[in-house]
Amino acid sequence: MKAFITVIGKDRVGIIAGVSTLLAEQKVNIEDISQTILQDNFTMIMRVDTAECALALDELAKKLTEKGESLGVVITIRHEDIFNAMHRI
Amino acid sequence: MIGSNEILETIGMISAQHLDVRCITLGLSLFDCIRESGKATADKIYDKITHFAKDLVITGDKIAAIYGIPVVNKRVSVSPCSLIGASSGGFVEIAHALERAANETGIDFIGGYTALVHKGMTDYEQRFIMSIPEVLSITSKVCASVNIASTRAGINMDAIGLMGRIFKETAYLTRDKDSIGCAKLVAFANAVEDNPFMAGAFHGVGEADNVINVGVSGPGVVKAALELVDGDLTEIAECVKRTAFKVTRAGQLVAKAASEMLGAKFGIVDLSLAPTPVIGDSVAWILEEMGLEKVGCCGTTAALALLNDAVKKGGIMASSHVGGLSGAFIPVSEDIGMINAVVEGALTLSKLEAMTAVCSVGLDMIAIPGDTDEAVISAIIADEAAIGVVNNKTTAVRVIPAYGKVAGDFVEYGGLLGRAPVMEISKYSPAKFIKRGGRIPAPLHSNKN
Repeated sequence: MKAFITVIGKDRVGIIAGVSTLLAEQKVNIEDISQTILQDNFTMIMRVDTAECALALDELAKKLTEKGESLGVVITIRHEDIFNAMHRI
Repeated sequence: MIGSNEILETIGMISAQHLDVRCITLGLSLFDCIRESGKATADKIYDKITHFAKDLVITGDKIAAIYGIPVVNKRVSVSPCSLIGASSGGFVEIAHALERAANETGIDFIGGYTALVHKGMTDYEQRFIMSIPEVLSITSKVCASVNIASTRAGINMDAIGLMGRIFKETAYLTRDKDSIGCAKLVAFANAVEDNPFMAGAFHGVGEADNVINVGVSGPGVVKAALELVDGDLTEIAECVKRTAFKVTRAGQLVAKAASEMLGAKFGIVDLSLAPTPVIGDSVAWILEEMGLEKVGCCGTTAALALLNDAVKKGGIMASSHVGGLSGAFIPVSEDIGMINAVVEGALTLSKLEAMTAVCSVGLDMIAIPGDTDEAVISAIIADEAAIGVVNNKTTAVRVIPAYGKVAGDFVEYGGLLGRAPVMEISKYSPAKFIKRGGRIPAPLHSNKN
Protein backbone atom coordinates (compact mmCIF):
# COMPACT_ATOMS: atom_id res chain seq x y z
CA MET A 1 0.00 0.00 0.00
CA LYS A 2 1.29 3.43 -0.91
CA ALA A 3 0.77 6.23 1.57
CA PHE A 4 1.85 9.78 2.23
CA ILE A 5 3.35 10.82 5.55
CA THR A 6 3.40 14.48 6.47
CA VAL A 7 5.50 15.93 9.25
CA ILE A 8 4.68 19.49 10.23
CA GLY A 9 6.12 21.49 13.12
CA LYS A 10 8.99 23.56 14.45
CA ASP A 11 12.32 22.66 12.89
CA ARG A 12 14.87 20.98 15.15
CA VAL A 13 17.70 18.45 15.03
CA GLY A 14 16.70 14.83 14.55
CA ILE A 15 13.23 14.99 12.99
CA ILE A 16 14.12 13.12 9.80
CA ALA A 17 16.30 10.69 11.73
CA GLY A 18 13.54 10.00 14.24
CA VAL A 19 10.86 9.40 11.62
CA SER A 20 13.02 7.37 9.25
CA THR A 21 14.32 5.16 12.08
CA LEU A 22 10.77 4.29 13.07
CA LEU A 23 9.87 3.58 9.45
CA ALA A 24 12.93 1.35 8.99
CA GLU A 25 12.04 -0.61 12.15
CA GLN A 26 8.56 -1.19 10.76
CA LYS A 27 9.89 -2.15 7.31
CA VAL A 28 8.25 0.82 5.63
CA ASN A 29 10.13 1.84 2.48
CA ILE A 30 10.54 5.55 1.79
CA GLU A 31 10.15 6.19 -1.93
CA ASP A 32 10.29 9.96 -2.04
CA ILE A 33 10.95 12.81 0.37
CA SER A 34 10.43 16.52 -0.02
CA GLN A 35 10.80 19.16 2.63
CA THR A 36 10.30 22.85 2.89
CA ILE A 37 9.74 25.62 5.40
CA LEU A 38 6.17 26.93 5.14
CA GLN A 39 5.18 29.91 7.30
CA ASP A 40 8.07 29.15 9.71
CA ASN A 41 6.96 25.52 9.92
CA PHE A 42 9.12 22.60 8.98
CA THR A 43 7.04 20.62 6.47
CA MET A 44 8.13 17.23 5.21
CA ILE A 45 6.19 14.98 2.88
CA MET A 46 7.20 11.33 2.37
CA ARG A 47 5.75 8.88 -0.09
CA VAL A 48 6.09 5.42 1.41
CA ASP A 49 5.35 1.81 0.59
CA THR A 50 3.95 -0.25 3.46
CA ALA A 51 3.85 -3.60 1.63
CA GLU A 52 6.45 -5.18 3.95
CA CYS A 53 5.12 -3.56 7.12
CA ALA A 54 3.45 -5.99 9.52
CA LEU A 55 1.26 -3.31 11.07
CA ALA A 56 -2.09 -2.17 9.71
CA LEU A 57 -2.14 1.46 8.60
CA ASP A 58 -4.12 2.60 11.64
CA GLU A 59 -1.59 0.95 13.97
CA LEU A 60 1.30 2.52 12.09
CA ALA A 61 -0.50 5.85 12.29
CA LYS A 62 -0.66 5.50 16.07
CA LYS A 63 3.09 4.86 16.31
CA LEU A 64 3.81 7.86 14.08
CA THR A 65 1.55 10.07 16.19
CA GLU A 66 3.45 9.01 19.32
CA LYS A 67 6.79 9.64 17.61
CA GLY A 68 5.54 13.07 16.55
CA GLU A 69 4.64 13.91 20.12
CA SER A 70 8.15 13.02 21.29
CA LEU A 71 9.70 15.12 18.51
CA GLY A 72 7.34 18.07 18.99
CA VAL A 73 5.85 17.82 15.49
CA VAL A 74 2.56 16.59 14.02
CA ILE A 75 2.92 13.43 11.97
CA THR A 76 0.08 11.97 9.90
CA ILE A 77 -0.11 9.12 7.43
CA ARG A 78 -2.84 8.70 4.84
CA HIS A 79 -3.50 6.15 2.14
CA GLU A 80 -2.59 7.76 -1.18
CA ASP A 81 -6.09 7.08 -2.53
CA ILE A 82 -7.53 10.04 -0.59
CA PHE A 83 -5.21 12.40 -2.49
CA ASN A 84 -5.78 10.69 -5.84
CA ALA A 85 -9.53 10.85 -5.28
CA MET A 86 -9.56 14.55 -4.46
CA HIS A 87 -7.02 15.79 -6.99
CA ARG A 88 -7.20 13.48 -10.00
CA ILE A 89 -10.15 12.82 -12.26
CA MET B 1 2.34 11.76 -8.89
CA ILE B 2 0.49 13.94 -6.43
CA GLY B 3 2.21 17.26 -5.74
CA SER B 4 3.15 18.66 -2.34
CA ASN B 5 0.69 21.52 -2.71
CA GLU B 6 -2.16 19.07 -3.33
CA ILE B 7 -1.21 17.01 -0.29
CA LEU B 8 -1.03 20.10 1.89
CA GLU B 9 -4.35 21.35 0.50
CA THR B 10 -6.09 18.14 1.52
CA ILE B 11 -4.47 18.19 4.95
CA GLY B 12 -5.46 21.82 5.42
CA MET B 13 -9.06 21.00 4.49
CA ILE B 14 -9.20 18.23 7.06
CA SER B 15 -7.20 19.74 9.92
CA ALA B 16 -8.06 23.44 9.66
CA GLN B 17 -11.33 23.62 7.72
CA HIS B 18 -13.29 20.75 9.30
CA LEU B 19 -13.66 18.60 6.19
CA ASP B 20 -15.24 15.39 7.33
CA VAL B 21 -17.47 12.58 6.25
CA ARG B 22 -20.54 13.52 8.22
CA CYS B 23 -22.13 10.11 8.23
CA ILE B 24 -21.97 6.56 7.05
CA THR B 25 -25.51 5.24 7.10
CA LEU B 26 -26.31 1.57 6.67
CA GLY B 27 -29.73 1.02 5.12
CA LEU B 28 -31.51 -2.16 6.15
CA SER B 29 -34.80 -3.54 4.92
CA LEU B 30 -36.99 -4.84 7.73
CA PHE B 31 -39.66 -6.44 5.58
CA ASP B 32 -38.23 -9.89 6.27
CA CYS B 33 -38.63 -9.22 10.00
CA ILE B 34 -42.44 -9.02 9.96
CA ARG B 35 -44.01 -11.61 12.28
CA GLU B 36 -47.49 -12.16 13.72
CA SER B 37 -46.86 -10.44 17.04
CA GLY B 38 -45.21 -7.17 17.90
CA LYS B 39 -42.75 -8.91 20.19
CA ALA B 40 -41.66 -11.47 17.61
CA THR B 41 -41.27 -8.71 15.01
CA ALA B 42 -39.25 -6.59 17.43
CA ASP B 43 -36.99 -9.52 18.34
CA LYS B 44 -36.30 -10.25 14.69
CA ILE B 45 -35.56 -6.57 14.02
CA TYR B 46 -33.09 -6.46 16.90
CA ASP B 47 -31.35 -9.59 15.63
CA LYS B 48 -31.10 -8.31 12.07
CA ILE B 49 -29.74 -4.87 12.94
CA THR B 50 -27.22 -6.17 15.46
CA HIS B 51 -26.05 -8.74 12.90
CA PHE B 52 -25.60 -6.42 9.91
CA ALA B 53 -24.45 -3.32 11.79
CA LYS B 54 -22.18 -5.00 14.31
CA ASP B 55 -19.02 -3.81 12.53
CA LEU B 56 -20.35 -0.44 11.33
CA VAL B 57 -18.72 1.70 14.03
CA ILE B 58 -15.37 -0.08 13.91
CA THR B 59 -15.36 0.10 10.11
CA GLY B 60 -16.03 3.83 10.19
CA ASP B 61 -13.18 4.30 12.64
CA LYS B 62 -10.85 2.15 10.54
CA ILE B 63 -11.63 4.14 7.39
CA ALA B 64 -11.02 7.36 9.29
CA ALA B 65 -7.58 6.06 10.29
CA ILE B 66 -6.61 4.81 6.82
CA TYR B 67 -7.60 7.91 4.90
CA GLY B 68 -7.04 10.38 7.71
CA ILE B 69 -10.49 11.92 7.35
CA PRO B 70 -12.90 12.01 10.30
CA VAL B 71 -16.03 9.90 9.97
CA VAL B 72 -18.26 11.71 12.42
CA ASN B 73 -21.42 9.62 12.64
CA LYS B 74 -22.30 6.01 12.03
CA ARG B 75 -25.99 5.42 11.62
CA VAL B 76 -28.59 2.92 10.52
CA SER B 77 -31.74 3.63 8.54
CA VAL B 78 -34.53 1.07 8.32
CA SER B 79 -37.71 0.49 6.33
CA PRO B 80 -40.67 2.67 7.39
CA CYS B 81 -41.76 1.13 10.69
CA SER B 82 -45.41 2.03 10.08
CA LEU B 83 -45.39 -0.70 7.41
CA ILE B 84 -43.29 -3.17 9.39
CA GLY B 85 -45.69 -3.03 12.34
CA ALA B 86 -48.87 -2.65 10.29
CA SER B 87 -50.08 -6.18 10.92
CA SER B 88 -48.88 -6.76 14.48
CA GLY B 89 -49.42 -3.19 15.67
CA GLY B 90 -46.46 -3.41 18.04
CA PHE B 91 -45.05 -0.02 17.15
CA VAL B 92 -43.65 0.86 20.54
CA GLU B 93 -42.08 -2.59 20.90
CA ILE B 94 -40.40 -2.05 17.53
CA ALA B 95 -39.09 1.33 18.68
CA HIS B 96 -37.63 -0.30 21.78
CA ALA B 97 -35.92 -2.89 19.57
CA LEU B 98 -34.43 -0.10 17.42
CA GLU B 99 -33.10 1.69 20.50
CA ARG B 100 -31.61 -1.49 21.98
CA ALA B 101 -29.98 -2.38 18.65
CA ALA B 102 -28.56 1.15 18.35
CA ASN B 103 -27.09 0.92 21.84
CA GLU B 104 -25.72 -2.56 21.25
CA THR B 105 -23.96 -1.60 18.00
CA GLY B 106 -22.77 1.77 19.33
CA ILE B 107 -24.23 3.79 16.43
CA ASP B 108 -25.24 7.41 16.91
CA PHE B 109 -28.79 7.40 15.58
CA ILE B 110 -31.27 5.05 13.95
CA GLY B 111 -33.83 6.43 11.51
CA GLY B 112 -36.93 4.93 9.99
CA TYR B 113 -39.63 5.33 12.60
CA THR B 114 -41.44 6.63 9.59
CA ALA B 115 -44.82 6.83 7.91
CA LEU B 116 -45.46 7.77 4.27
CA VAL B 117 -48.90 9.35 4.17
CA HIS B 118 -48.55 11.97 1.43
CA LYS B 119 -51.76 10.89 -0.26
CA GLY B 120 -53.72 9.26 2.51
CA MET B 121 -53.50 7.68 5.92
CA THR B 122 -54.53 4.14 6.79
CA ASP B 123 -55.84 3.35 10.28
CA TYR B 124 -52.58 1.69 11.23
CA GLU B 125 -50.57 4.65 9.96
CA GLN B 126 -52.70 6.96 12.07
CA ARG B 127 -52.06 4.77 15.13
CA PHE B 128 -48.38 4.74 14.24
CA ILE B 129 -48.18 8.54 14.03
CA MET B 130 -50.00 8.81 17.37
CA SER B 131 -47.23 6.70 18.93
CA ILE B 132 -44.44 9.07 17.85
CA PRO B 133 -44.45 11.42 20.89
CA GLU B 134 -44.23 8.51 23.33
CA VAL B 135 -41.51 6.79 21.29
CA LEU B 136 -39.38 9.95 21.06
CA SER B 137 -39.70 10.48 24.81
CA ILE B 138 -38.66 6.95 25.83
CA THR B 139 -35.82 6.53 23.32
CA SER B 140 -32.78 8.68 22.66
CA LYS B 141 -31.42 7.39 19.34
CA VAL B 142 -34.60 6.66 17.39
CA CYS B 143 -35.53 9.28 14.76
CA ALA B 144 -39.02 9.68 13.33
CA SER B 145 -40.26 11.18 10.09
CA VAL B 146 -43.59 11.51 8.31
CA ASN B 147 -43.98 12.30 4.62
CA ILE B 148 -47.11 14.42 4.35
CA ALA B 149 -46.96 15.66 0.75
CA SER B 150 -45.52 14.93 -2.66
CA THR B 151 -45.53 16.67 -6.01
CA ARG B 152 -47.38 13.72 -7.53
CA ALA B 153 -50.00 13.30 -4.79
CA GLY B 154 -50.52 16.80 -3.45
CA ILE B 155 -50.62 17.81 0.21
CA ASN B 156 -52.35 15.64 2.80
CA MET B 157 -53.84 18.31 5.06
CA ASP B 158 -55.42 15.71 7.39
CA ALA B 159 -51.97 14.32 8.14
CA ILE B 160 -50.59 17.84 8.50
CA GLY B 161 -53.35 18.68 10.97
CA LEU B 162 -52.36 15.64 13.02
CA MET B 163 -48.63 16.46 12.85
CA GLY B 164 -49.16 19.85 14.51
CA ARG B 165 -50.48 17.99 17.55
CA ILE B 166 -47.67 15.41 17.36
CA PHE B 167 -44.98 18.11 17.50
CA LYS B 168 -46.69 19.74 20.50
CA GLU B 169 -47.07 16.46 22.37
CA THR B 170 -43.47 15.47 21.66
CA ALA B 171 -42.29 18.83 22.96
CA TYR B 172 -44.36 18.38 26.12
CA LEU B 173 -43.23 14.81 26.80
CA THR B 174 -39.56 15.81 26.46
CA ARG B 175 -39.99 19.14 28.29
CA ASP B 176 -37.32 18.27 30.86
CA LYS B 177 -34.71 18.32 28.07
CA ASP B 178 -35.78 21.50 26.23
CA SER B 179 -38.27 19.49 24.12
CA ILE B 180 -35.42 17.57 22.47
CA GLY B 181 -37.84 14.98 21.06
CA CYS B 182 -38.75 17.46 18.33
CA ALA B 183 -35.10 17.52 17.20
CA LYS B 184 -35.63 13.88 16.20
CA LEU B 185 -38.87 14.43 14.29
CA VAL B 186 -39.26 15.63 10.69
CA ALA B 187 -42.32 16.32 8.57
CA PHE B 188 -41.39 15.94 4.90
CA ALA B 189 -42.68 16.80 1.48
CA ASN B 190 -41.12 14.73 -1.31
CA ALA B 191 -39.05 12.68 1.15
CA VAL B 192 -36.17 10.80 -0.46
CA GLU B 193 -35.61 7.09 0.13
CA ASP B 194 -31.83 7.13 0.40
CA ASN B 195 -31.14 10.08 2.70
CA PRO B 196 -28.22 9.29 5.02
CA PHE B 197 -28.78 12.34 7.24
CA MET B 198 -30.80 12.36 10.45
CA ALA B 199 -33.38 12.94 11.64
CA GLY B 200 -35.04 12.27 8.29
CA ALA B 201 -33.26 9.10 7.17
CA PHE B 202 -35.32 6.03 6.40
CA HIS B 203 -34.67 3.08 4.11
CA GLY B 204 -37.13 3.34 1.25
CA VAL B 205 -39.30 0.49 0.05
CA GLY B 206 -37.66 0.62 -3.39
CA GLU B 207 -34.20 0.07 -1.95
CA ALA B 208 -32.09 -3.09 -1.84
CA ASP B 209 -31.10 -4.59 1.51
CA ASN B 210 -27.80 -3.81 3.27
CA VAL B 211 -26.86 -0.57 1.49
CA ILE B 212 -24.27 2.04 2.41
CA ASN B 213 -25.17 5.71 1.91
CA VAL B 214 -22.63 8.36 2.80
CA GLY B 215 -23.11 12.03 3.60
CA VAL B 216 -20.17 14.37 3.07
CA SER B 217 -19.85 17.83 4.46
CA GLY B 218 -17.49 20.77 4.36
CA PRO B 219 -18.94 24.27 4.78
CA GLY B 220 -15.59 25.33 6.26
CA VAL B 221 -13.74 24.16 3.17
CA VAL B 222 -16.02 26.13 0.85
CA LYS B 223 -15.73 29.23 3.02
CA ALA B 224 -11.91 28.99 3.04
CA ALA B 225 -11.80 28.52 -0.75
CA LEU B 226 -14.05 31.57 -1.27
CA GLU B 227 -11.76 33.72 0.88
CA LEU B 228 -9.25 33.53 -1.97
CA VAL B 229 -11.74 34.61 -4.67
CA ASP B 230 -11.83 38.29 -5.53
CA GLY B 231 -13.99 37.96 -8.62
CA ASP B 232 -17.61 38.12 -9.71
CA LEU B 233 -20.35 35.66 -8.83
CA THR B 234 -19.60 33.40 -11.79
CA GLU B 235 -16.13 32.92 -10.34
CA ILE B 236 -17.68 32.29 -6.92
CA ALA B 237 -19.88 29.58 -8.43
CA GLU B 238 -16.89 28.00 -10.19
CA CYS B 239 -14.90 27.98 -6.94
CA VAL B 240 -17.77 26.29 -5.06
CA LYS B 241 -18.05 23.69 -7.84
CA ARG B 242 -14.35 22.84 -7.74
CA THR B 243 -14.41 22.54 -3.96
CA ALA B 244 -17.60 20.47 -3.91
CA PHE B 245 -16.02 18.13 -6.44
CA LYS B 246 -13.03 17.44 -4.19
CA VAL B 247 -15.19 17.01 -1.10
CA THR B 248 -17.53 14.61 -2.87
CA ARG B 249 -14.65 12.55 -4.26
CA ALA B 250 -13.53 11.97 -0.68
CA GLY B 251 -17.08 10.87 0.14
CA GLN B 252 -17.20 8.50 -2.82
CA LEU B 253 -13.91 6.93 -1.73
CA VAL B 254 -15.20 6.41 1.80
CA ALA B 255 -18.55 5.05 0.57
CA LYS B 256 -16.84 2.48 -1.65
CA ALA B 257 -14.39 1.46 1.06
CA ALA B 258 -17.15 1.14 3.67
CA SER B 259 -19.41 -0.92 1.43
CA GLU B 260 -16.54 -3.27 0.51
CA MET B 261 -15.39 -3.70 4.12
CA LEU B 262 -18.94 -4.35 5.33
CA GLY B 263 -19.95 -6.57 2.43
CA ALA B 264 -22.77 -4.14 1.65
CA LYS B 265 -23.93 -2.49 -1.55
CA PHE B 266 -22.84 1.04 -2.36
CA GLY B 267 -25.95 3.21 -2.49
CA ILE B 268 -25.33 6.92 -2.91
CA VAL B 269 -23.22 9.84 -1.82
CA ASP B 270 -25.21 12.76 -0.46
CA LEU B 271 -23.18 15.84 -1.23
CA SER B 272 -24.62 18.16 1.33
CA LEU B 273 -23.06 21.13 3.05
CA ALA B 274 -24.07 20.31 6.61
CA PRO B 275 -22.96 22.84 9.20
CA THR B 276 -21.98 22.10 12.78
CA PRO B 277 -21.97 24.51 15.73
CA VAL B 278 -18.15 24.49 15.61
CA ILE B 279 -16.56 27.82 14.71
CA GLY B 280 -15.76 27.87 11.00
CA ASP B 281 -18.17 25.13 9.94
CA SER B 282 -21.05 27.41 9.01
CA VAL B 283 -23.16 27.70 5.86
CA ALA B 284 -24.16 31.21 6.97
CA TRP B 285 -20.53 32.28 6.87
CA ILE B 286 -20.21 31.08 3.26
CA LEU B 287 -23.09 33.38 2.32
CA GLU B 288 -21.47 36.23 4.24
CA GLU B 289 -18.15 35.52 2.52
CA MET B 290 -19.95 36.09 -0.79
CA GLY B 291 -20.66 39.64 0.34
CA LEU B 292 -23.68 39.71 2.63
CA GLU B 293 -23.17 41.82 5.74
CA LYS B 294 -25.25 39.35 7.71
CA VAL B 295 -27.12 36.25 6.67
CA GLY B 296 -30.82 37.11 6.46
CA CYS B 297 -30.34 40.44 4.73
CA CYS B 298 -31.78 41.03 1.25
CA GLY B 299 -29.78 38.96 -1.23
CA THR B 300 -29.56 35.93 1.06
CA THR B 301 -31.95 33.84 -1.03
CA ALA B 302 -29.99 34.59 -4.21
CA ALA B 303 -26.68 33.76 -2.56
CA LEU B 304 -28.07 30.50 -1.17
CA ALA B 305 -29.50 29.56 -4.58
CA LEU B 306 -26.07 30.05 -6.15
CA LEU B 307 -24.44 27.96 -3.42
CA ASN B 308 -26.96 25.13 -3.53
CA ASP B 309 -26.75 24.84 -7.31
CA ALA B 310 -22.95 25.01 -7.47
CA VAL B 311 -22.60 22.34 -4.77
CA LYS B 312 -24.76 19.99 -6.84
CA LYS B 313 -22.97 20.74 -10.10
CA GLY B 314 -19.54 20.26 -8.56
CA GLY B 315 -20.45 17.12 -6.72
CA ILE B 316 -22.48 15.30 -9.30
CA MET B 317 -19.54 14.29 -11.48
CA ALA B 318 -17.51 13.25 -8.46
CA SER B 319 -19.73 10.34 -7.51
CA SER B 320 -21.13 7.46 -9.52
CA HIS B 321 -24.43 7.78 -7.65
CA VAL B 322 -25.54 11.03 -6.11
CA GLY B 323 -28.66 10.96 -3.99
CA GLY B 324 -30.17 11.89 -0.68
CA LEU B 325 -30.82 15.57 -0.19
CA SER B 326 -27.62 16.91 -1.79
CA GLY B 327 -27.33 20.66 -1.38
CA ALA B 328 -26.96 23.21 1.40
CA PHE B 329 -28.54 22.65 4.81
CA ILE B 330 -29.68 25.61 6.87
CA PRO B 331 -30.43 24.23 10.35
CA VAL B 332 -30.46 27.21 12.69
CA SER B 333 -29.32 25.56 15.93
CA GLU B 334 -26.46 23.73 14.24
CA ASP B 335 -24.89 26.75 12.54
CA ILE B 336 -23.11 29.41 14.58
CA GLY B 337 -23.60 32.00 11.82
CA MET B 338 -27.35 31.38 11.69
CA ILE B 339 -27.66 31.51 15.49
CA ASN B 340 -25.82 34.85 15.61
CA ALA B 341 -27.95 36.27 12.79
CA VAL B 342 -31.17 35.34 14.61
CA VAL B 343 -29.93 36.77 17.91
CA GLU B 344 -28.96 40.02 16.21
CA GLY B 345 -32.34 40.28 14.48
CA ALA B 346 -30.92 39.88 10.96
CA LEU B 347 -32.54 36.52 10.24
CA THR B 348 -36.29 36.02 10.64
CA LEU B 349 -38.58 33.05 10.21
CA SER B 350 -40.06 34.50 7.03
CA LYS B 351 -36.60 34.91 5.47
CA LEU B 352 -35.75 31.34 6.44
CA GLU B 353 -38.94 30.20 4.73
CA ALA B 354 -37.92 31.99 1.54
CA MET B 355 -34.47 30.38 1.76
CA THR B 356 -36.04 26.93 1.92
CA ALA B 357 -37.32 27.40 -1.63
CA VAL B 358 -33.73 27.23 -2.88
CA CYS B 359 -31.86 25.11 -0.32
CA SER B 360 -31.91 21.34 -0.14
CA VAL B 361 -34.19 20.89 2.84
CA GLY B 362 -36.43 23.20 4.82
CA LEU B 363 -37.17 24.87 8.14
CA ASP B 364 -34.70 22.93 10.20
CA MET B 365 -33.93 22.99 13.92
CA ILE B 366 -35.93 26.12 14.59
CA ALA B 367 -37.19 26.77 18.09
CA ILE B 368 -40.52 28.56 18.43
CA PRO B 369 -42.43 29.61 21.57
CA GLY B 370 -43.81 26.74 23.63
CA ASP B 371 -47.33 28.17 23.62
CA THR B 372 -47.54 28.11 19.81
CA ASP B 373 -50.91 26.68 18.83
CA GLU B 374 -50.83 23.27 17.12
CA ALA B 375 -52.72 24.73 14.14
CA VAL B 376 -49.86 27.20 13.65
CA ILE B 377 -47.34 24.34 13.56
CA SER B 378 -49.54 22.53 11.05
CA ALA B 379 -49.67 25.69 8.97
CA ILE B 380 -45.85 25.99 9.03
CA ILE B 381 -45.68 22.42 7.73
CA ALA B 382 -48.30 23.21 5.07
CA ASP B 383 -46.35 26.25 3.88
CA GLU B 384 -43.15 24.24 3.57
CA ALA B 385 -44.99 21.39 1.86
CA ALA B 386 -46.38 23.88 -0.66
CA ILE B 387 -42.87 25.13 -1.45
CA GLY B 388 -41.63 21.56 -1.90
CA VAL B 389 -44.59 20.32 -3.91
CA VAL B 390 -44.70 23.26 -6.29
CA ASN B 391 -40.94 23.43 -6.77
CA ASN B 392 -40.60 19.67 -7.14
CA LYS B 393 -38.05 19.42 -4.34
CA THR B 394 -37.73 18.00 -0.86
CA THR B 395 -38.76 20.26 1.97
CA ALA B 396 -38.87 19.43 5.63
CA VAL B 397 -39.98 20.92 8.91
CA ARG B 398 -38.13 20.24 12.13
CA VAL B 399 -39.48 22.85 14.52
CA ILE B 400 -39.27 22.77 18.29
CA PRO B 401 -42.19 24.35 20.13
CA ALA B 402 -39.98 24.63 23.21
CA TYR B 403 -42.15 23.94 26.25
CA GLY B 404 -42.23 26.85 28.71
CA LYS B 405 -40.02 29.07 26.54
CA VAL B 406 -40.80 32.40 24.91
CA ALA B 407 -39.20 34.32 22.05
CA GLY B 408 -35.66 35.35 22.98
CA ASP B 409 -35.03 32.31 25.23
CA PHE B 410 -32.65 29.56 24.15
CA VAL B 411 -32.89 25.79 23.91
CA GLU B 412 -29.58 24.02 24.55
CA TYR B 413 -28.79 20.54 23.27
CA GLY B 414 -25.02 20.49 22.86
CA GLY B 415 -23.13 18.31 20.40
CA LEU B 416 -24.14 18.42 16.75
CA LEU B 417 -27.67 19.59 17.62
CA GLY B 418 -26.28 22.81 19.10
CA ARG B 419 -28.42 25.57 20.60
CA ALA B 420 -31.31 27.55 19.18
CA PRO B 421 -32.78 30.94 19.98
CA VAL B 422 -36.58 30.79 20.30
CA MET B 423 -37.95 32.79 17.35
CA GLU B 424 -40.94 35.08 17.05
CA ILE B 425 -43.91 33.72 15.12
CA SER B 426 -47.07 35.29 13.72
CA LYS B 427 -49.85 35.47 16.30
CA TYR B 428 -52.65 35.35 13.74
CA SER B 429 -54.52 32.08 13.53
CA PRO B 430 -54.70 29.69 10.55
CA ALA B 431 -56.87 27.32 12.63
CA LYS B 432 -59.94 27.43 10.37
CA PHE B 433 -57.83 26.73 7.28
CA ILE B 434 -56.10 23.78 8.94
CA LYS B 435 -59.35 22.38 10.36
CA ARG B 436 -60.82 22.05 6.87
CA GLY B 437 -58.50 19.12 6.25
CA GLY B 438 -58.67 17.19 2.99
CA ARG B 439 -56.01 17.17 0.33
CA ILE B 440 -54.57 20.07 -1.60
CA PRO B 441 -54.49 18.79 -5.20
CA ALA B 442 -51.20 18.07 -6.92
CA PRO B 443 -49.94 20.97 -9.05
CA LEU B 444 -50.50 21.03 -12.79
CA HIS B 445 -46.88 20.33 -13.64
CA SER B 446 -46.94 17.05 -11.70
CA ASN B 447 -48.99 15.49 -14.49
CA LYS B 448 -46.10 14.65 -16.75
CA ASN B 449 -47.17 11.28 -18.12
